[in-house]
Amino acid sequence: MTVADVPVEPLHRRLGVTDDELEAIRDRLGGRDPNDLELAMFSVMWSEHCSYKSSRPLLRTLPTEGRDVVAGPGENAGVIAIGEGLAVAFKIESHNHPSAIEPYQGAATGVGGILRDIFTMGARPIAVLDALRFGDPADPRTRHLVDGVVRGVGGYGNCVGVPTVGGELVFDPSYAGNPLVNVMAIGLLREEQLTLASAPGPGNLVVLYGSTTGRDGIGGASVLASATFTGDDPSKRPSIQVGDPFAEKLLIEASLELIERGLVEGLQDLGAGGITCATSETADRAGTGILVDLDAVPRREPGLEPFEVMISESQERMCAAVRPDRWPAVQEVCRRWGLPVAVIGRVTADGDITVVEGGLDANGSPAKGAREIARIPARALTSDAIVHARLATPPTHRRGAPAPGIPAAVSDRLPERGMDPGAVLLALLGSANLSSRRAVFQQYDSTVGADTVAGPGRGAAVLRVKGTRKALVATTDANQSVGAVDPWLGAALSVAEATRNVSITGARPLGVTNCLNYGDPTLPDAFWQLTEGVRGLSDACRALGLPVTGGNVSLYNESLGGRIAPTPEIGVVGLLDDISTLVGPAFVQAGDTIVLVGDSTPGLVGSAYAELAGVTSDDSPPDLDLGREEAIQSFVREAIARGLVASAQDISGGGLAIALAECSIWADLGATVRLAYFGSPAVGLFGESPSRLVVTARPAHAAALAMLARKHGLPVESIGSVGGDRLVIEATSATAMGAAEERGGRVTDTLEVPIRELRNVWEHGLGRALGWES
Amino acid sequence: MPVRIGVVVFPGSNCDRDTVHALQLAGAEPVVLWHEQASLESVAAVILPGGFAYGDYLRAGVIARFSPIMRAVAGFAGEGGLVLGICNGFQVLAEAGLVPGALLRNQSLRFAGREVAIAAERVDTAFTHALDARRPLRMPVAHGEGCFYADDATLDGLERDGQVIFRYVDSTGTNAQPGDPANPNGSLRAIAGVINTAGNVGGLMPHPERAAEAILGSDDGMGILRSLVDSASRATADPVGPAVAVR
Repeated sequence: MTVADVPVEPLHRRLGVTDDELEAIRDRLGGRDPNDLELAMFSVMWSEHCSYKSSRPLLRTLPTEGRDVVAGPGENAGVIAIGEGLAVAFKIESHNHPSAIEPYQGAATGVGGILRDIFTMGARPIAVLDALRFGDPADPRTRHLVDGVVRGVGGYGNCVGVPTVGGELVFDPSYAGNPLVNVMAIGLLREEQLTLASAPGPGNLVVLYGSTTGRDGIGGASVLASATFTGDDPSKRPSIQVGDPFAEKLLIEASLELIERGLVEGLQDLGAGGITCATSETADRAGTGILVDLDAVPRREPGLEPFEVMISESQERMCAAVRPDRWPAVQEVCRRWGLPVAVIGRVTADGDITVVEGGLDANGSPAKGAREIARIPARALTSDAIVHARLATPPTHRRGAPAPGIPAAVSDRLPERGMDPGAVLLALLGSANLSSRRAVFQQYDSTVGADTVAGPGRGAAVLRVKGTRKALVATTDANQSVGAVDPWLGAALSVAEATRNVSITGARPLGVTNCLNYGDPTLPDAFWQLTEGVRGLSDACRALGLPVTGGNVSLYNESLGGRIAPTPEIGVVGLLDDISTLVGPAFVQAGDTIVLVGDSTPGLVGSAYAELAGVTSDDSPPDLDLGREEAIQSFVREAIARGLVASAQDISGGGLAIALAECSIWADLGATVRLAYFGSPAVGLFGESPSRLVVTARPAHAAALAMLARKHGLPVESIGSVGGDRLVIEATSATAMGAAEERGGRVTDTLEVPIRELRNVWEHGLGRALGWES
Repeated sequence: MPVRIGVVVFPGSNCDRDTVHALQLAGAEPVVLWHEQASLESVAAVILPGGFAYGDYLRAGVIARFSPIMRAVAGFAGEGGLVLGICNGFQVLAEAGLVPGALLRNQSLRFAGREVAIAAERVDTAFTHALDARRPLRMPVAHGEGCFYADDATLDGLERDGQVIFRYVDSTGTNAQPGDPANPNGSLRAIAGVINTAGNVGGLMPHPERAAEAILGSDDGMGILRSLVDSASRATADPVGPAVAVR
C-alpha cells in the first residue's frame, strides 16, 4: 500500500486531517501544499494523542510549580527531588483503544510505553500500577478483555523485572465498549543522571537503537487513539503495536548504562508517532533541526514506504543525540546488550525535520544524488501544532444544587426498606468492585526488585529506597461514579482520595500525575465534562498544595454503547522520610481505641450502596470541602509523625462499614463500634462522604489524638475498640426526629458479622463475579 | 575476607540485582558473571538468579543452557562446585540436566506471584544447614512455569535419596499437594526445591533473596543464603574436601 492509493476521499481526510487543519498545515509550510509523506507526518503529530490540540489550553491552567520539582509537564515524566541527591520520576498513561481491540498486546505495550518514559529520564523503573476499568463482569466480552489485559500487564511487567505494586480494577457499565487501561510507572534516579528529551548541538549524531522498524503500529496515534471507537474493527488491527518485554529489558539496561557513562546528550523513546515524533520533539526542545537519513533506519522487513518508516510505532526503540567522539562507546554498549544500533541522522541548526533518501556523506550532508523527500519546521509538528478552541456546553438536565443542611426527608433508611445492615455489608464486601483484587494481582510479580514493603491489595503501595531510611508511597484513584453526575466533583474527589491514601501512611504527597479519560472533544457536552474535570483537578491540587507534573489525555472514549463516565485517573507519589514510622490500614492490637475523624454528610449518589439499593431522584453526591480535606491529611501525617497512630484507614468505597470490615479482615481482629448517625443509617454506615478516616490508637494515646484533631479543626469521636472475632456495629439515630421517633423510640440498627464470614465473601467476590471460581 | 559468590547475568535476568543485594547482606562478596564469559573468575559458589533468560520464548531456560557461561558452570558443578538456581535459575539448571526434574507451566495456566510457605526437608545440605527442620519459611514465588514434574519412579528415587530439599506447605505445616491452594503451581509431591545426587547443585522456585529483610515482610530466605555463603566459605578454606554432606 502507498499513501497515494486513495480512491475518492482526499488523502488528508483519510489520515484524519480536517480541511481547516490542512489549511493550517499550508500556513506552517509557508503557503505550499505538504507532499504525501509530510502529510502523513503531520497527521500523526497533529493527532489528538500527540498534539493535545483540544486539551492544551485547559492543561495550561493546572498548577505545575513545586519546591522540589526537577522536571514537569512537557518532559517524558515528572521528576521530583526526594533528598540525598535522589529523585523520583513518575507518570501515568492510557492505552485504552489498543486494549479494546487486542487486550493482551494493548495492555502489554501500555506497560512498555510508560516504562520507556521513565528510563528515558535516566531513572530505573521500580514500580508499575495499573488502573483498569471494564463493563459488566458477567458479560463474556468483559471477561475476555479482563483476562487478556491482566495477562498482558503481567506478561510484560513480570518479564522486564519491574514489580506491579498497585492499581485499580473497576467495573462500570459505561466502559462496556471502551475499557480503560491506564498504567503508571515510577522510577528512581540520582539527580545528576537526569536526562532530557532534547537533541542539542548541531553536528551531533542522531542514533536509533533497540528493535528494528516494521509495519506494526502504523498510525496508532491518529487512527486508534484519536477517533471514536466503533468496536472490534479488524481493519484497525495493523495499528496495534506488538510488545517484546525481553527487548525492553535490554533497552532499559543499555539506556541506563549509556546515561550513567555520560554517552548521550539527550534521549527520547519512540512511542506514538515513531521517528517523526522523537525527532521533531527533541529538535524543537533544543531549538535545533534534524536531518533524517531514511536509508539508515534498521528495518525488520523489506519494501517499507518512507511514510511507514517515519510513522511506524514499532515498540522498544530509543533515539539519542550522541557526540561523534562517543559513537564507538555507544555502539559497544548496544552491541553488548544485543541491540541493533544505527546513526540515522544529524542534528542541524536549521530548525527543520528534513528527510532524505540516498544517504548522507561523511560530513553528514545529503550524499551526492540523495533526494530530499520532506522538510517541515520541527516546531510546526510539535509546539506550534494546531490548537482547537472547542465548545463546552453543560448538559441540559443537570442535578440541582444540593440544599444546605440535612435534607428534611431522607428516603434511604435501612429498616424501612427491610434491609439487614449485615446483609448489606456482606453484599457490598463481596461485590465486584469492593471485594479483594487478589485473584488479579497474584498474576503479577509484585516483589521483584526487593523493595516492596506493601504491595497490592491494602491501600497505597510502599517501596523502600535502598541505602536510605526513606520510602515512596504510591497510589492511583479515580471516581467515575460521582464524575458521571458532577465532573468537577468527580475529579476533585479523585485527587482527594488518592492523596488521602498516601497521607494515611504518614507520607507527604509530592505531586500528581493524571490520565484524563473523556469523550469526543468535538461534542460540546463531552468537552464540558473535560473542562470541568480539569477545573476540579486544578482546584484540588491547589488546595492541597500539589504540583501536577505530567500526564496524558485520552479523548474519544466513546463506543456504540455510549460515552464512558468521565474518568480522571490520578496517580500520586508520596515520600516517607523515615520508614520506621510507616502506618498501615489494618487494625494492630486488641484493646486499641477506634477513632472516627471527619463528618459524615448526606448524599448517596455515586456510592456503592446506591448501586446496590438505588437512591431517590432528588439525592446528590456528598459535598467535598477541599479545606477540610487538606486539614485531615495534615492532621493524620502529624499524628503519625508523633507516634500517636496504630493504624489509619480512609473511608471511601462502601463507606465506614466497609472501611472497618477491611481493617478487621486484614488484621484478623474484630471490633465493637457504636455509631451515632444523623438522618439515615445508610448514610452513616455506607455513605461515602469524603475527608474521613478511621484511626486506631493505644488507649493511652486516644486523648492526645483527639486533641490534635481538634487543633486541626476536625470533628473527632471515639467510636469503639478493637478486639474479638466479629465486627459489631450498633448504629443509633442521634436525632430525636424522623421515623424512629414516630414509632415511639430510637432505632438501633445492629450489624454483627464474624470476620470469617467477612473474609469469605471479600476474598472470593471478584473471582466469582468474573466466573474464575464458583 | 568475604567469600566471593558469582551471580550469573543472562540477557533477561531480572533478579540479579536483588541477589547481589541479598548476598551482601549475607556477608558475601557478589561477583557479577556475564553470560558471554567462559570463566567463573575463581568464585567459591555460583547463583543463577531469576528472570527470563534470553526471553524464554520457547520454554524457560532452554536457550540459556547453551550459553558460554553455562559450560563453565557445568564444569564447575562437575568438580563439586556449589551452584544454586533460583526460579529461572532452577529452570536453567533443570534444562541443563544439572538437577533432576522439569518445571512445567503452572497448573492454573496463570502466572503465580504471591507469598508461599516452604519447609526444608533436610537441614544437612549445603543450602539448608542453617535452617530449622520443618519450620515453614515464608517467601514469594513469581513464575509461570514452576510446576515440578518427574515420573513416579524418578520421584520415588528423589525421595529415597534425599534429593528433595524443599516442599510447599500449608498453614499447618502439612505438605501441599497439587490442587491445594498452598501449592502455587501444582508441583508433584509439593516439591519446591531439589538437589543433584552429589548435593552440590540445588534449585528452588521461591525467591529467598526477596525475603532477606524484615522490612520486606519476611527474612526467612536469609537462612538459605547464609547456608550457601557458609558452605562456600568452608569450600574455600578446604578446597579438596567434600563441599557438602551427602546422605
